[in-house]
Amino acid sequence: MKSNGQAEANEMRLRALLLQSLVGDGSAYHVFLKEMTAHLRAFFRRRLSSLPDEVEDLLQETLLALHNQRHTYDPVQPLTAWVHAIAKYKLIDMLRRRSKRELLHEPLDEDSSLFSYADLEAADARHDLALFLDQLPQQQRLPIIHMKLQGLSVAEAAALTGMSESAIKVGVHRGLKALAALFGASS
Amino acid sequence: MKTDDLVMMLARGNIAVAPRAIERRFVAGIGLGAIATILLMIASLGVREDLVAAAGLPMFWVKLLFAASLALASLVAVSRLARPGVSLGLAPVAVASPVLALWLLGLASLVAAMPNQRSALLFGETWVVCPLLIAMLAMPVFIGTLWIMAGLAPTRLRLAGAAGGLLSGAIATLFYSLHCPEMGAPFLAVWYVLGIAIPTALGGLLGPRVLRW
Repeated sequence: MKSNGQAEANEMRLRALLLQSLVGDGSAYHVFLKEMTAHLRAFFRRRLSSLPDEVEDLLQETLLALHNQRHTYDPVQPLTAWVHAIAKYKLIDMLRRRSKRELLHEPLDEDSSLFSYADLEAADARHDLALFLDQLPQQQRLPIIHMKLQGLSVAEAAALTGMSESAIKVGVHRGLKALAALFGASS
Repeated sequence: MKTDDLVMMLARGNIAVAPRAIERRFVAGIGLGAIATILLMIASLGVREDLVAAAGLPMFWVKLLFAASLALASLVAVSRLARPGVSLGLAPVAVASPVLALWLLGLASLVAAMPNQRSALLFGETWVVCPLLIAMLAMPVFIGTLWIMAGLAPTRLRLAGAAGGLLSGAIATLFYSLHCPEMGAPFLAVWYVLGIAIPTALGGLLGPRVLRW
């Protein structure tokens, strides 16, 4: 259990990191997302003790959502409230999808699901984002591969693909949103 | 892909957010919607012929004040509902106040009127078309507000959709009152409010479907 003082210090530090990120500081953003990953994993593990398989997927989906919705953070707002609202929204959304699915399939799956709840599996996402990436149209996939995976600049990615610089930026933006949507559609 | 790789991927490249991105989205969505509503009104209804004379009457300004304050309150509600973790605060009170005030005014006007005038005050001459015309005029801003919120992150989808519908209805009413000849408070309290309720209900219905993210 963390004391209030620690949580408050975390809030201030993470908030400062996010504000730096929003004006373009990539290394601050990396630290921010890493710490968020740890906090969110703990948050979801506590709430999904009976569904450990879902934790890592939900975590990845939530990280994508934090990224895609980062423009909705208002600097005067507590960061905890913003992150918590997004995490809770994604948690409820996942549980809803699951219960719909289970209404249809659960009777058939009952025996086989017995062995699928292994602790070792908990750290692996069931859905591979790399496979989702393959499903994206080329004008979204290529910008993400070049900029987000290989770390090229906008200009380099544009030169390599023959796309315009603005098409590269739009492709990354739309592609990451499409990846988030694929999570919702596939599980 | 491991979560660490995802984090690395997200942090790479240009991650800066354009300043005032949300404000610009609101201006674009509501501005374009309102322009379309004005064009729609000019093309289909026009403004009332006695507009200048009507502007001398208090009731004309009561109508505008009602619509404008409702629009402002619902704009605040929409902007709060569109962001995760922002509470509504006093927005529901601000939304309810103009409606309650209009209902009280309508009731007072009915009570004060002679019994044989009450029906005319309540139904006016256009009660059949008024709610439908307000709902029609609301559609461009309705689409605009849903577009605004679809680019943000509402977490209470039904409420957010309803607030967007309410905003579109209030803005439509603002323009419609430049056309509408009705001046009775009871008429406004029933038929204007009903007209605004149509896009509000539609927004509540559509919210969970179109605003998911």
